[in-house]
Amino acid sequence: MARMTMIEAIRDAMDVMMARDERVVVFGEDVGYFGGVFRCTAGLQQKYGKTRCFDAPINEAGIVGAAIGMAAYGLHPCIEIQFADYMYPAYDQIVSEAARLRYRSNGEFTCPLVVRMPTGGGIFGGQTHSQSPEALFTHVSGLKTVVPSNPYDAKGLLIAAIEDPDPVIFLEPKRLYNGPFDGHHDRPITPWSKHDLGEVPNGHYTLPLGKASIVREGAAVTVLAYGTMVYVAQAAAAETGVDAEIIDLRTLLPLDMETIVASVKKTGRCVVVHEATLTSGFGAELASLVQEACFFQLEAPIARVTGWDTPYPHAQEWDYFPGPARVGRALVETLEA
Amino acid sequence: MTTDAPLSLHVPEPAVRPGGTPDFSNVKIPKAGAVPRPNIDVDPESVRDLAFSIIRVLNRNGEAVGPWAGLLSDEELVEGMRHMMTLRTFDARMLIAQRQGKTSFYMQHLGEEAISCAFRRALSPGDMNFPTYRQAGLLIADGYPMVDMMCQIYSNARDPLKGRQLPVMYSSKEHGFFTISGNLATQYIQAVGWAMASAIRNDTKIAAAWIGDGSTAESDFHAALVFASTYKAPVVLNIVNNQWAISTFQGIARGGSGTFAARGLGFGIPSLRVDGNDYLAVYAVAKWAIERARRNLGPTLVEYVTYRAGAHSTSDDPSAYRPKTESDAWPLGDPIIRLKNHLIVRGVWSEERHKQAEAEILDTVIAAQKEAESYGTLHAGGKPSARDMFDGVYAEMPPHLRRQRQQAGV
Repeated sequence: MARMTMIEAIRDAMDVMMARDERVVVFGEDVGYFGGVFRCTAGLQQKYGKTRCFDAPINEAGIVGAAIGMAAYGLHPCIEIQFADYMYPAYDQIVSEAARLRYRSNGEFTCPLVVRMPTGGGIFGGQTHSQSPEALFTHVSGLKTVVPSNPYDAKGLLIAAIEDPDPVIFLEPKRLYNGPFDGHHDRPITPWSKHDLGEVPNGHYTLPLGKASIVREGAAVTVLAYGTMVYVAQAAAAETGVDAEIIDLRTLLPLDMETIVASVKKTGRCVVVHEATLTSGFGAELASLVQEACFFQLEAPIARVTGWDTPYPHAQEWDYFPGPARVGRALVETLEA
Repeated sequence: MTTDAPLSLHVPEPAVRPGGTPDFSNVKIPKAGAVPRPNIDVDPESVRDLAFSIIRVLNRNGEAVGPWAGLLSDEELVEGMRHMMTLRTFDARMLIAQRQGKTSFYMQHLGEEAISCAFRRALSPGDMNFPTYRQAGLLIADGYPMVDMMCQIYSNARDPLKGRQLPVMYSSKEHGFFTISGNLATQYIQAVGWAMASAIRNDTKIAAAWIGDGSTAESDFHAALVFASTYKAPVVLNIVNNQWAISTFQGIARGGSGTFAARGLGFGIPSLRVDGNDYLAVYAVAKWAIERARRNLGPTLVEYVTYRAGAHSTSDDPSAYRPKTESDAWPLGDPIIRLKNHLIVRGVWSEERHKQAEAEILDTVIAAQKEAESYGTLHAGGKPSARDMFDGVYAEMPPHLRRQRQQAGV
């Protein structure tokens, strides 16, 4: 075991896989010599050489398109889009190509590809460094979408993603890179070195894609969260005294409906939280699935707490971010409903 | 007060519209044999003029002349002839089948047969094409079964792609034919990535990217050239300039660059223009470019100058946007007639033998068609099961798709 930040855990996952499997290649903008703007690939070029880890031109469609060709050849590229906000030029490659090679060629050509992207806000990144586009991926047949919330999960899920035979979108909540964040932006940061989930095993291990984790057991209401909101939800439960059962989804697609349904049937109430905008967000899918599966156990309407339907603002970051106060209010209202 | 004259927008127009007299005087055609053949390790800077010329081998008398000639034997040329004739006959039969309602859609190659048929001959087993929808000659010339192609077109019970793809969007890994997307230009950069992977793995295989004149306007084309140039990827970047992107003349995509081949110059990529209706010239240039890739000398851009003699697809009517006689006026002629004349000059072919070959090929294609139709057509006979629709989205079917398949009752 070693103490790691989420950055170190992600780097370690790539390191482990590059050592085990020569087919794994890593590239993206500033990823090679410098090691990535968030340092997730630092040292990999020195260790594995510049044909296994290298810098790419600033062309996201090119990065993903080239990686699709490499995956079709038989490599397992694990590429970085510098910020999820920059992925839009590559969206056609992801949706029309990566996600469909297997289907349209009846399995002749496949796309074992991981696209890593730092996601989410909380770092004063403004509208081009803060977005949470997960619903744009969960809407696409043929993709898997993963959002880890801590170093232990990040490493195990990333190794599973690299070993997966299909394309995986791996969204890394950048506000969690150096420590858990519960939305109290005015308080000192807790580093991962002081958190249990900063304990990361050495070497190879995987967490299955499609398995959620119950991070707080409770009886009063089920909270469905992922990424940064896992910690916001925990703070909200602690501060309101609501006995919430908090589920970290970890993988949005495939989704662990078993864990979700068992919890909501037990609590009879459900609050869905995410940073992304409300309308047509992944929360809408969750609310719909929960009411389909648990309608007769529900004692209150399903609530959603999300970012507002505006572009991600700069100065108003903490008015936009669905912090513990807003989540706490939703917990209380759902209990009183 | 400004004294500047008001600005105005330039929107290019083709030389002629329906009702006018076709005019290709702007297509400057050098004499066959006039363009030199550089060494494959030539400095790209020193061959910039090749992007503005047209490499040609067959002259008006049907003779093969100049430094790009002399690469193919009699037998190989006769085989090439049969490939092109087969593709044309295949197209003719499938067009009729579409009109008969046996499939929803078809795209023919009329006038462009030499390009994919000759290019395939220059590749080696294991190389990978990333084709568009008008390169079926890559399959025909590699011996891919016509019955399988037709089953795909009919989306029938034997469709290798289980009815999931639009007709003509074939896929055959074994024959170096990447699954066709149908989206334009997306696969150009994928070919570069595939080639990069081959180089990363110290393999010997190379890739070939394909695109049309219109689609070079896509951003993915630019991405491909950047990546190919930066990493010196072992890839041949093919542009088939057939003058028309559905109804849009090539000038709309080309802009002020002079030629499509010239797009490669800014990237330091050797860029050649070739007579796309000259089987021998296409083969010679393809061989040159493929050898460069194979020897790790990097990418080559090749523009094939040709003419789309038919409609874009069965959903298109070209008489609405270009003169009906434009095809006849195309100065580079018909690739099959030109090779036929050459074979006759070589003394290995005759009018009689040509007619005989036409009849034999028609019989073969009809036999394949009968067999394919015995497995069903789009609206009659055997077809893929509705259950097939849910398979293959992922390697392993996730729970939500299993639930949906149950709901669908298949």
